[in-house]
Order: sequence, then C-alpha cells, then structure tokens
Amino acid sequence: MNKTQQILFDEPGPRAQRRIRIATVLGAVLLAGALVAAVYQFASHGELAAARWEPFTTWPIWRYLLNGLWATLRAAAATAVLSAALGLLLALGRLSTHRPLRWLAGAYVEIFRTVPTLLLIYVTLFALPQYGLNFPLFWKLVVPLVVSNSAAFAEIFRSGILALDRGQTEAGLAVGLRRGQVMALVVLPQALLQLAPSLVSQLVGLLKDTSLGFVVSYTELLYSGQVLSSYTHLLIQTFLVVALIYLVVNASLSKFARVLQARNGRFGGRRGRRSAELPPPLLEGNTPR
Amino acid sequence: MEALTSHLSELGHGLVTTVELTVVTTVGAMLLGIVVATLRIAPVPLLRAIGTAYVEVFQNLPLLALLVLFVFALPTIGITFPLFTSAAIVIAVYEGAYLAEAIRAGINTVGVGQAEAARAIGLTFGQSLRHVILPQGLRAVIQPIGNICIALLMNTSLAAAVGVVELTQAANTVNLVEAQPIAVFTGAGLAYMLLALIIGQVTGLLERRLAIVR
Repeated sequence: MNKTQQILFDEPGPRAQRRIRIATVLGAVLLAGALVAAVYQFASHGELAAARWEPFTTWPIWRYLLNGLWATLRAAAATAVLSAALGLLLALGRLSTHRPLRWLAGAYVEIFRTVPTLLLIYVTLFALPQYGLNFPLFWKLVVPLVVSNSAAFAEIFRSGILALDRGQTEAGLAVGLRRGQVMALVVLPQALLQLAPSLVSQLVGLLKDTSLGFVVSYTELLYSGQVLSSYTHLLIQTFLVVALIYLVVNASLSKFARVLQARNGRFGGRRGRRSAELPPPLLEGNTPR
Repeated sequence: MEALTSHLSELGHGLVTTVELTVVTTVGAMLLGIVVATLRIAPVPLLRAIGTAYVEVFQNLPLLALLVLFVFALPTIGITFPLFTSAAIVIAVYEGAYLAEAIRAGINTVGVGQAEAARAIGLTFGQSLRHVILPQGLRAVIQPIGNICIALLMNTSLAAAVGVVELTQAANTVNLVEAQPIAVFTGAGLAYMLLALIIGQVTGLLERRLAIVR
C-alpha cells in the first residue's frame, strides 16, 4: 500500500472496522451475484456442457492456438526491433541540430501518432497493391505496425534523452567528444537504462497491436481463434481461451516492466534521482492498444 | 479529390459516427476511471483487489480481442446489444482502465496535508475524495488524460473491424467503389489528425484554465 492510500484513511477504529466488514460482505455478494448470473447465462444456452469445453483439453486444439501465439510473438518481435530502431533514429532526428532533419522527424511523429493503425493497415491492404507494392501477409501486418509504433517509440526515446541531466552532455563536450560521440557514449547508454521499463510497457502495447492480424487474416493468435471457432462452432469458449492466453503473456510482460522500474529506483544514489523526472511507464497515453 | 467530394455524405456519416463514438466512450470511460481509481484506494481490501484486477485485465487484453468476444461470442449466451452500443461499451471499459491509472497518478500528486486536513475537519472518505482529493488530483493529470482521449479516438477505428461504419470503414468502402486510395485514405487521415488536434487544443485550454501552479 503506498503513501496516499494510507493517508486517505486512518487506522480503522471499531466503527470503521465494522463498516469495512459490511462493505466487504456487500462487495463479495455483488461479485458472487455477477458470477452466478454469468454461469446461469452460460448454462441456460447450453455453453457449459462438458462437450463444449472438452476440446480445450486436447493437444491438437492447443497446438493450433500455440502456433497462433508463436505467430503473434514473431510479428511482435519483428515490429519491436524495427520500430525501436526507427524510433531511435526519429528521436535523434528530432533532437538534431539540423533544422530540416528536425522538421522531417517531427512531422513524421506528429502525423503517425494521430492516424489510427487500422487506417494504415487498410492502406497496405487496399492502396499499396495498386501501386505494385504487394507485401507478403506477414509484412502487411508488420509494416503498418512499425510505421505507427515507431512514432510512439520516438517519443519515449526523446523524453528519456531530454530527461537526462544536461551536465552529462556538457561534460562530454567539455572533454572534447563530438556531438555524435556524446550521444553514443554518454547520453544513450544512461537514457536507455532509465527507459527500460517504458520500453517494456510499449512492448505490451505492441503485442496487443498484433491482434490487428485479425483484419489482415494473418494467422496470429486472435485470427487463429476465429479460424478455429469457425470449424468447431465453439465461439465463446475459443475466444475466452484466446483472451486468457493474451492475458497471461501480457501480464507477465507488465510484471517484468514493474520489476525493472522497481530496480531502477533501488540503484538509488547513482541513478534513482532522475527516475522521478521520467514519465511513469504504465501511464501510456501514447500506447493505445 | 473528386472521389472525396462525390461521397461526402458517406464520409460525413462516418465522421459523425466516429465523433459520437469518441464522445460517448470518453464520458463513459471517465466515469469508470474515477470509480475504478476510487476502488483502488478504498479502505476495503476486497474493493482494492477488484480495482487492481480490473486494471490488470483490461490493460493487458487487446481491444480487438475484447470487441470480437463481445460482438461475436456473447450472443451465443444470449447477450446482444446493438452494434454501436456494443462497441461503445467495450471501448469505454477498455479505456476506463487507462484513465483509472492516470487518475490514480493524479491522486498521488495531492499533498498528504490536504487529506489530513480534510479528515481533521471531519470529512468521511467519500467526502474528502469528492471535495478535496479528486478536484486537485484531476487537475494535475489533464495532459495525460488528453493523451488517453487521443488514443481513444484512434481506438474507435477498431470498431470498424467488427462492422461499425465509422470514418475508417467509410473510407474503406468509398475506396472500394472509387479505387482512389490516396485521396480517400489521406482525407480520412487528415480528418483524424484534425480531431486529435481539437482534443489537444481543448486539453491545452483546460490545462491553462484549471491546472494548479505549485
């Protein structure tokens, strides 16, 4: 429990404890009621029958879904590597001393931060083939994701570089390094370490983005679920299982981001001071999905 | 250009649907966000657990998976809503998790003394939240909330994937008829950028009017 949570209420006395107990019971009853209603809905439409869940204990079904997960992870990995590299270049462009370069990178980031990824996917699906650019299915998903995610990565990198103490750059220049050297040897190594948690949370957003493979009919996890359910007609079961897989993978990644965040804080004297100036990693205004 | 002007009514309808969806879900997500943020700081452990679970689940599931689950799978257990309503509910619930985290971050910026003072004059948990903590906490996170609203605007396009004819879908349909992808998709992109710009301007205005300079 953190500071504010503690200050919003005192150590509960007898009356407050009674209220807390009442609220707990009420909450539990509501929760149980919702659960019963859900089970009733499932049961009354025959969706609870063992036969409708049994397939999910068999290996072929799981193999198919795990293949989907593997495709999701592959698409996410390709998108992550490409958009992180492009994002870093864009961030450096936005911070460069060349005005045209700054302007170009700025325009790219501002445009693709405010255009929906689905629109970009429609462009690669329906517009680019007319001009002879017909990517394989995998790249039809990855290219638009890279275009939009690189803008998000660029903003993360830029905020991290700007949050670093200016004295670091000045000291680098003072010992005679050139601007590029200062960036590569002094600023980036420190900024990247600070940014690790934000970058991992961006990975969660990106992994969620790959579910757009559903639109491209690239058989990642969500589309695999769709294909599977059109064979088995086990709609709600399949999509619940798919959701559960997403939840497990992404919650582990989020957990990893929080661990990184906590560790950065614990370095204390050396680096911890600056971590306060960074945007909190899980407050993602810029990571929509 | 002609491809755009001769289909103004379709594209206009799409634009209006996108704006409606954005406004409705922003209001819904904001209310949900405040409720969930309150749950997460409540004195009752069970309520805190519910709030945490809500945020964990909806921040870690892809919006499209939720939309597909709600629109295609829930009817099999007899839960059906009109398409627009379904999309609005799902997007509001999803963005509510992000707003709850933003609001909680805002609550954390309010000074300890404020909460103590509120309790000292005898306000209850709900009263001190309503009259003291939230008004200050919300003002501290106007900018992040604005960013989430822009993300929400872009996410409304996913409703297209389950069949809501909003701006993205309208652009796609017009392109299939006219085969003028550059004009049509650029037009739609510009419309989104304009809407995002408006949200950004409103956020900036609110920030200048309301933010507390400490």
